[in-house]
Amino acid sequence: MQRKNDPGERVAAMLRIRRFEEQCILLSKDGQFPGHYHVYIGQEATAVAACAELGTDDFVFSNWRNHGHLLARGAAPDRMMAEILGKAGGYARGKSGTLHMAVRELGVPATSALVGGSLPLATGAALACKRQGRGVVVAFFGDAALEEGACYEAMILASLWKLPILFVCENNSIPPAQRQRGQYTSSTLPAAQLVDVPQALQIRTEAVDGADADALAECFDRLVAEVRSEGTPRFVEVRCTRWPGNFPLWPELPCGQWQLDWAFGQSPDRADLATWLEQSDPLLLYLRKIVAAGGLTREQVQALDERARAEMAGAVRFALDSPFPAPEEAYQHVRAEQGATL
Amino acid sequence: MKISFAQGVAMAISESLAADSRLLLIGNGFVGLNMEARALLEPALREFADRILVAPVSELALAGAGIGAAMAGQRAAVDLSTGSFIFQAFAQVVNEAANVHYMSGGQTTAPVTFCSLAGMRSAGAAQHSHRIQAMLGQVPGLQVLVPGGADDAYHMLKWALLQSQNPTVFISHALLLGETGELTPGAPMLPVGKARIRREGRDLSIIASSITVPRALEAAQSLERDHGFSVEVVDLRSIAPLDRDTVLKSVAKTGRAVIADECHRSFGVAAEIAATLAEEGLAYLKAPVCRVAVPDVPVPFSPPLEAELTVTADKIVAGALKVLNAGSTMRRPV
Repeated sequence: MQRKNDPGERVAAMLRIRRFEEQCILLSKDGQFPGHYHVYIGQEATAVAACAELGTDDFVFSNWRNHGHLLARGAAPDRMMAEILGKAGGYARGKSGTLHMAVRELGVPATSALVGGSLPLATGAALACKRQGRGVVVAFFGDAALEEGACYEAMILASLWKLPILFVCENNSIPPAQRQRGQYTSSTLPAAQLVDVPQALQIRTEAVDGADADALAECFDRLVAEVRSEGTPRFVEVRCTRWPGNFPLWPELPCGQWQLDWAFGQSPDRADLATWLEQSDPLLLYLRKIVAAGGLTREQVQALDERARAEMAGAVRFALDSPFPAPEEAYQHVRAEQGATL
Repeated sequence: MKISFAQGVAMAISESLAADSRLLLIGNGFVGLNMEARALLEPALREFADRILVAPVSELALAGAGIGAAMAGQRAAVDLSTGSFIFQAFAQVVNEAANVHYMSGGQTTAPVTFCSLAGMRSAGAAQHSHRIQAMLGQVPGLQVLVPGGADDAYHMLKWALLQSQNPTVFISHALLLGETGELTPGAPMLPVGKARIRREGRDLSIIASSITVPRALEAAQSLERDHGFSVEVVDLRSIAPLDRDTVLKSVAKTGRAVIADECHRSFGVAAEIAATLAEEGLAYLKAPVCRVAVPDVPVPFSPPLEAELTVTADKIVAGALKVLNAGSTMRRPV
């Protein structure tokens, strides 16, 4: 896990997620794994800022777009990639795949691929934290989760029972101009603001620009500390603008892999990508800012990127080399072993 | 000592709260409207008030909170009240609790117990009368307990609350709450996953569970008294795990089987037992098996309509007589 407020660590953590996701897309295009999947490109700063605030007693709950959350929490990219490929080297020996990836030892006990499905579970983990007097829960979910009863019911319990949980709504369908202004109305949720829903249940809320890594770091630093000290829930809407590679049903890399040069004068051929990079890419915007401020040199960033690329290339090799589980493993772990008699 | 089914439930909850400080109760119904059992439960609810959570009518999140707390080091019992209400929580029970151990490759366990007061209880009509065990039997990963007597209610619930490492649905039946049985304090429990021979016999096996256990015992008595047949009653005790071996052994002895079950006839518990006998026990059968189950229609309100569908001792007797008189027409397997 990263050290808080260290620009190098923050950049490295974001680059690792981006380079991991690119390899994931390339493996899919290469036919190395079946099924649909979701990548976290364009939202990296959120998971990195949130997980920087967490310790070993804390829990993280995620959804089908979990790769970034898990990497920021400290999961090993080689075991994650093996899991995505359904290999025996994966965290669940291939049983979860990309959609349900969980790492118990890092406080990520279960990942639901149902919209809003993790939120009742996260609320229960917060109940356990309260009972045990240690730990908080960070629950990541998308804007569509607010259309589910599970989300509303979970927030009722969190508010009623006064539980230490931070609800992190990653709203990744916001036009750039609306990220600071707000007043963005979803086409399928008739709330003027997403934060109106938790506010009605007396949960304190905030909204933050998901493309601004510094704002995110400040926001999560404060909110996690409040949840920890007061033991009550908070809700934050992180307003992100969707990366153009996420617009098709299957993610794809517009203009190939992300280039560091795009942050420093060059521009990709595709106009939609160029616009997104200039206005909405949290990684690029932070790099420009930190290099201009002298926090990191371009050479240092280059070195961090090379290290991230090498690490993810290694993860791909590990995953491709890992064997598939034996067919008889399909019958294992249906139920946990236990004593039969009292 | 003689206790009622509801008292067994109340004792199991009280003793479990005292035995394990990790145990949380989400909701506080558990024993329905049985006043004796409520009085029995009351001292524990007071003593352990900090571990009993006020429950809004949010079944989905209550179930999920129980699962999440259990995954994070607690143990939890969630009161889902009337059996039909589990549908409000189905997404969490079926798609989260049941899957988490498997989906995580064995990393995560969820020792949570969902308590459900199911069954045709008189005047429940279509939306308060569901028997949910057959549906839940289709969900690998869940344990589905269907005790048919006070002794098992006590032992099996206590096992679920204190020892089980897996998500469990504990299914009581509104009309079983007042049934009494003998409980020997401190006696070991027949392990969960083992069926119990409630009554031994030679001519016919009645396979029952939950509310059909006392009705099968009543039917067995009248078959002996009025018709001279010696009838065995097998109490399944749990639908998952299902003790097929004890069923097959009983039918190997008697050669005839009636399956009495309050689920709907099609795809129900009785259908699964019948399939087991067809696949693994055909050589034992001297006559076709008979399912005495609820017809495939919703449960109506009007008392005579509900009675028309209810699995009674008389209907079990009628099914038994059909099987007992059918021997000569059964062709032996070649």
